[in-house]
Order: sequence, then structure tokens, then C-alpha cells
Amino acid sequence: MSAALEAKLGQAWKKPPFITNPVFRWVLIGGSILYFVVALGGIEVSWDRIVKGMDYGKRFITAFGGIFVALFDYIRDVFPWLSETFPRFFGPPTGNDPSDSRWIEIWTEKEIIKGLYESIVMTVASTVVGIAISIPIALGAAGNIAPMPIYLFCRAVIALSRALNEIIVAIILVAILGFGPLAGFITLSFATIGFLAKLLAEDIENMNKQQAEAVKSTGSSWGQWINFGVQPQVMPRLIGLSMYRLDINFRESAVLGLVGAGGIGATLNTAFDRYEFDTVAAILLTIIIIVMILEYLSGVIRGRVQ
Amino acid sequence: MPTLEKDGRKIWQVRTTKSQLIRWGAWLVGLAAFIFSWKEISDNTLWFMMDNVGEVVADIAGRATPPAWSFVFELGRPIWDTLAIATLGTFFSLVMAVPVAFLAARNTTPSKVLVRPIALLIIVSTRSVNSLIWALLLVSIVGPGVLAGLIAISIRSIGFCAKLLYEAIEEINVVQVEAIKATGASPMQVMAYGIVPQIMPAFAGIAVFRWDINIRESTVLGLVGAGGIGLALQSSLNVLAWPKVSLILLVILVAVVIGEWVSAKVRGAII
Repeated sequence: MSAALEAKLGQAWKKPPFITNPVFRWVLIGGSILYFVVALGGIEVSWDRIVKGMDYGKRFITAFGGIFVALFDYIRDVFPWLSETFPRFFGPPTGNDPSDSRWIEIWTEKEIIKGLYESIVMTVASTVVGIAISIPIALGAAGNIAPMPIYLFCRAVIALSRALNEIIVAIILVAILGFGPLAGFITLSFATIGFLAKLLAEDIENMNKQQAEAVKSTGSSWGQWINFGVQPQVMPRLIGLSMYRLDINFRESAVLGLVGAGGIGATLNTAFDRYEFDTVAAILLTIIIIVMILEYLSGVIRGRVQ
Repeated sequence: MPTLEKDGRKIWQVRTTKSQLIRWGAWLVGLAAFIFSWKEISDNTLWFMMDNVGEVVADIAGRATPPAWSFVFELGRPIWDTLAIATLGTFFSLVMAVPVAFLAARNTTPSKVLVRPIALLIIVSTRSVNSLIWALLLVSIVGPGVLAGLIAISIRSIGFCAKLLYEAIEEINVVQVEAIKATGASPMQVMAYGIVPQIMPAFAGIAVFRWDINIRESTVLGLVGAGGIGLALQSSLNVLAWPKVSLILLVILVAVVIGEWVSAKVRGAII
């Protein structure tokens, strides 16, 4: 038995630390605590404003809950048989005219419908264009397919697209192109490139070489080689990523309106400025529902192709 | 193997007629949706304004260069605030995400029927609302400033961190947990010695990854009044001070690149 082990005999076992170097560990812990205290101390908190704002918070939560209550009432009023069949759960009908609800009025407000419509249109168009541009860039950014100069160029495009925040791109484009969905559409298409081309290029680099080689050995041209040797291998992942990106683009399109690039964001911003929390809650709930539907659909499609 | 009969000879086909038709149908629907969407965008665009886009770009670029370098000293405080929002926001979101993750993971949740759906609901709802929207809401509740940004980033990150963390918890090695249990450990001890050491690398990776994303997001929170360098960007944009705008954009780009570099280094060291 070695001396080192001998010395440890009889001592209680202690959990080994996550960071082994003790100096580094204590400097890291001490530095983190110091930063934490300084940074937290530097935040100004205006308690008067928070006390006042709590009222807004309460109104927002009431509005959000109100939608569900209204939805419940609506279902009960539209389907009277429900209260007859499950009287304990649904209770007696309110007797109101269901089409008279305040929420229907809010939901069918012209601004909300128009904003949502614009968001969806921007999402679809920018996803399609983004994919169409991403595919050649991904081919160029795959080290096993592209020659060096093209590889570097495509990687630079991807890096640029990933480094620039969507909102900042939108601000610049709004300054150049003016307000409207065109700026949002270009922003989202550009952001799609960084995401899709990078992941697709990685997938192309990880593909099975033998299959591609087999197609090449039949004497195929470059186009045939890509189409029959490479494309079938990466297609499932491309479809999955595209669906995922559609989902992300919708979420992003909801905020681009804050800087004037079209979509529901502008309506949302106005509603917040006017403290119209009913409208805010209606818009947020709609966004959440659409995102959940998209997420579910993309899950189903990804499950089927992969 | 799908084939096509033609002049009494069988010709090889990639797909059967039915699956080929389905594909064409899908392409048609997709193309129609795109053309329709593009038409809508085009109708809402003032194309005559696009005639002099080149001039506008040249004009803005001319005004924005050279960046107002001396202004960089006034950006110290905003960039400090941005970093504070990102770092403290990541910290607080992790504090909240850890219990949510343990409640959401199939193998550690106390109740699959009751608690798990609630935890999953928290994850989905915090994730699907953008941090700028959270910031808008919090600015109206706690007032404009760093605090609103900090809370917005904390809430927004819960879903992301908890989702990745609960997936890591579900993938742990059961044998190790079993071994700790066999020594007669209490549930808390099983947690501390059986589960936590296994997810610690994933946890550190997630924390750094999210910190990197949060730096990006916190740079623009100021546009809605939630503190940080975005506030300086907004005030410079409002008065069309392009040299300042270009400097701020440069500073943001440098911050984002440094954040990504640090995050990549730390993740490389852990994993």
C-alpha cells in the first residue's frame, strides 16, 4: 500500500470539490460574491414607483385571469347543454348574449387582427427566403464540400448574422427602408441564415462519406452529387430545423414592431403605453397559443421525418 | 421498388405516384403561402421610397463615420448595467430554474399527474414570451430602470434553463443513484451525492450558455426603458446622433463577441 493511501486511512471521506485548484476556487468564489454585492448594490430601486406599479401588476393579472373566466362563461353560454349535463361544474347559465362579450370586442379590434396577420405573413415569407438563402451558404460553409475561400466567406456571413441582434438589425433597416413589414421581413430572413446555415453546415460536415462517394463514383456531375449524395442525408434535419426556425421567427416577429418593423409588436407597445392591460393580455395569450401550436406542429413533423 | 409501366417496360422511379403527388401538393401549398405573404408585404411597402435606398445608406454611413470615440467614456456605466442585468439575471433565473427542473424531470418529480404539468407550464409560458415583452410589462410595474431589465431577464431565462436542466436530470445514470441509496442515505443525501454530481457539468454549461444569450438580450432591453446600454442607444437614435449610434453598436458587438468567447472557453473547460 502506498504511503499516500496509508496517510488517508482512518480519515473521514470528503466530497471532492468541483474545481480542484484551491487558489482558483477561492478567488472565483470570493470574486463572485464581491461582484454580486457591488452589482446588486448599484441597482437603483424606487419603492414609491413599485408601490404605485403594483396596481398595474394587479390589473394585468386580473385582465389575464379575466380572459379565462370570460372564456369559461362563453363556452357555457354557447353550449347550454353543458350546464344541464354537468350542473356542478358549469353552474347555471349567465343568460347573457354570448356575442356581446367585451373580450370579443377586444379580440376583433382592427389593430390586433391586422398586427397578428402582419406578423404571420412576415414569419412565413422570411422563413421561406431565409431557408432558400441558407442552403447555398450552408453548402459553402461545410468544410468537406467547399474550397477554402468560399468556406471562409460563408463562415463570415454566418458569424455576422449571429453576432447582430435581431432588434439592432431591425433598427438599422427601419432607418434605411422606413417603417413597415419589409424591414422586419429582411431582418428575420437575415437572422434565419445565421441559425439555419450554421446547423445545416455542421450536419453536412457530419454526413456519411461513403454514400456521397458512391454517388460520385457513378460519374455524376457536381449537381447530381449534391442532389443524390448529400441532400437525402441532411433532408430530415433541414426540415426539422426549418420548422423550429418558423417557430422562432414568429416569436421574434412579435417584438420587431417595437422598433417599427411591422407586426403585432407595435400594437402591443401602444397598449402598454396606454396601460390597456385587457388588450395586452389578449395579445400575449394569442402569441402564447400560436407559439404552442407551432411548437406542437414542429414536434409532430420532426418526429415523422427523423 | 416503385416502378412505372411505359410501353410494356418497367422504369425505376424514386417514389410511388401517390407519394410524389403528396410532395407536389406540399410544394404547391408552401409556394402559394409564400407568394401570398410576399404580396402582402409588398402591398404594405412604399416602393417609391426604395428608389434612393443607395443614397440613404451612403448618407447614414457618412454621418455615422467616424464613430464618436470620446463618447466611449460615458458608456462605462451603461455597459456595467448591461453586464449586471445579464449576470445577476442568469443567477436569479438559475435559483428559480433548479427547483422547477427537479419538479419537471420524470425521475425526480414528486407527482407526475399534478406537479409535473405545472412545472412544464411554467417552462413553456416563460419561454414563449420574448424578454423585450417581459421588460415592457415590468417597466410598467416597477418603473423604468435596471431592476425591470433584471427581473425580465430572470423570468425569461427560467424556461430555457429549466428545460435543458430537466433533460439532463432525466438522462442521469440510475446505477449511481441506486448505489448511494443502498448505503442507507436519506432522500436529501441521495440528491446531494447521487444526482447533483452527475448534473453539475451540464448545469455549469447551461449557466454559461444562458449568460452568453442574456448579454445579447440585455443590450437591447434599454430600448423599452429597462436600463443598460440600450438606453444610451435609444437616446442617441432619438436625436439622430449617428456617430454615437455607430460607437454604441460597436461596443455592443465587442461585448457580444467577448461574451461568446468566454462562454465557449468555459464550456470547453467543463465538458
